[in-house]
Amino acid sequence: MSNYYQPEIETASVEEIKALQSEKLVKQVKHVYENVKYYRDLMDEKGVKPEDIKSVDDLHKLPFLTKADLRDAYPYGLLGTDLKNCVRIQSTSGTTGRRVVAFYTQKDVDLWEECCARAIVAAGGTNGDVCQVAYGYGLFTGGPGLNGGSHKVGCLTLPMSSGNTERQIQFMRDLHSTIICCTPSYAAYIGETLKEMGLTPDDIDLKAGIFGAEPWTEEMRRDIEKSLGIKAYDIYGLTETSGPGVSFECEEQTGMHINEDHFLAEIIDPETGEVLPEGSKGELVFTSLDKEAFPLLRYRTRDICVLSRKKCSCGRTLIKMSKPMGRSDDMLIIRGVNVFPSQIETVLLKEGYTSNYLIEVDREHNTDTLDVYVELTSEQFSDTVKEISAKEKALANAIKIMLGINPKVHLVAPKTITRSEGKAVRVIDKRKLHD
Amino acid sequence: MAVKQISVFIQNKKGRLAKVSRLLADNGVYIRALSIADTQDFGILRLICEDVDKVNSILKEAGYLTTKTDVLVAAVKDDPGALAIIAEALRDADVSIEYVYELATVDNIVYLVVRVDDNQVAAAALAGAGIRTASEEEIFKL
Ligand SMILES: [Zn+2]
Repeated sequence: MSNYYQPEIETASVEEIKALQSEKLVKQVKHVYENVKYYRDLMDEKGVKPEDIKSVDDLHKLPFLTKADLRDAYPYGLLGTDLKNCVRIQSTSGTTGRRVVAFYTQKDVDLWEECCARAIVAAGGTNGDVCQVAYGYGLFTGGPGLNGGSHKVGCLTLPMSSGNTERQIQFMRDLHSTIICCTPSYAAYIGETLKEMGLTPDDIDLKAGIFGAEPWTEEMRRDIEKSLGIKAYDIYGLTETSGPGVSFECEEQTGMHINEDHFLAEIIDPETGEVLPEGSKGELVFTSLDKEAFPLLRYRTRDICVLSRKKCSCGRTLIKMSKPMGRSDDMLIIRGVNVFPSQIETVLLKEGYTSNYLIEVDREHNTDTLDVYVELTSEQFSDTVKEISAKEKALANAIKIMLGINPKVHLVAPKTITRSEGKAVRVIDKRKLHD
Repeated sequence: MAVKQISVFIQNKKGRLAKVSRLLADNGVYIRALSIADTQDFGILRLICEDVDKVNSILKEAGYLTTKTDVLVAAVKDDPGALAIIAEALRDADVSIEYVYELATVDNIVYLVVRVDDNQVAAAALAGAGIRTASEEEIFKL
């Protein structure tokens, strides 16, 4: 039987949720119009007044915000309240373009942590659990978000941050951690280290993991579940919208319930900006409903996914979003074909390789080249060049079938592709150097 | 009469061979013979040495990918055509040769390491052609 952190919201009827969203939206739009000059100018330009927004049905009238707007307005341009009301900032790593700095009032922090608490409870967490938070702490939202959520649930919280994996495992064993929160690639690495230490999932007490902040595949989920002996739950969020906890997975593991009382979701056609009906694949757009310090209306996430209100066996009525099928930022266009790194990862895991890989895209004589570096495992190593070359060819062929373009596969020695303890760097696009 | 060989996967990058050689040297491993097969991306270092299991675990502990294989050491007179005699005998027995390298030449006898797809058939074919295969014991006394 499912547990809920806030059943009155998580199992509310669609009508109740819509009414609540409409009421909050009217207030949030007014708050933004009065306090955020940057967005007020956008609304004025479009000829929209706060009075025009009477319910969620009027949402489409509002202008979009994009990552470029966040850059233009950096650092204070989108601030919705006086700085002296703010108590916290979090920031993105700034790996793509300029970094995003998000501000929080105490209320913003509390609501964010509640969102994370819902995720922990959905993963089976109670105040009897020991929750090991192995996301990075600091400016990155992962650590602070799940740490706060864990406190709200009443778990004994281990603020480990990421890294020092053997010590992570030691604490895990000594203090009987039952829940772990980190990036999926770090979870996979912990699983690998556990094995290297000669331990099995039976030597630890973990039962659930909450993993997010980077794309991961179903194959990777199964690998992690097996190597740590847990059920693995996805969690989604962006620094722009607060951090992890915008949506979270329940035991059904078929998509993430969006915390709709705080975040209003839409799917749009990324080309035209047109709102698409439920069930369509498109770009996810969020409107914050309760934010004081960093309210964002119709923020384009660049994540491509699908929304669904199909009844969920967990009893939650919150709308579900699919795992993002790719980010338009991450999407590579190679020889005119749209390629998502996650597609390549799916092939690797299916072919028995690890998820440690590096994609290198370059241009030679005006043609794009795709090189995929993959770590060879001990079982796959054989004594002849012929056999290893045959493996490279077979893998290249499997990738070609998936993508429709021919890659060059390079099998490399184990541990030569840099391990991630935070976000994984999986793509190097050298074409940019030539442009 | 097979002899144990260790193969090590080595990235084709500057200094990688030096690193593995230093590791073996520091552990007092005496390499009786070696060969390197390389492609643009990677190389396979093949070693014939004593105490194969110990060497294997030294390499594995240092994080190398290794595999142990059985190879034959054919001992033939060091004349022009020494290799031809071996290759023809194996061809006639329908055995494929993966690779051959020299282990040593002593007293006008050349010892060649031969890696084939089927050691038993190959050993019989060589014996049938009057070619002797050397034992592990013998090669370390050379
Ligand atoms: Zn559910």
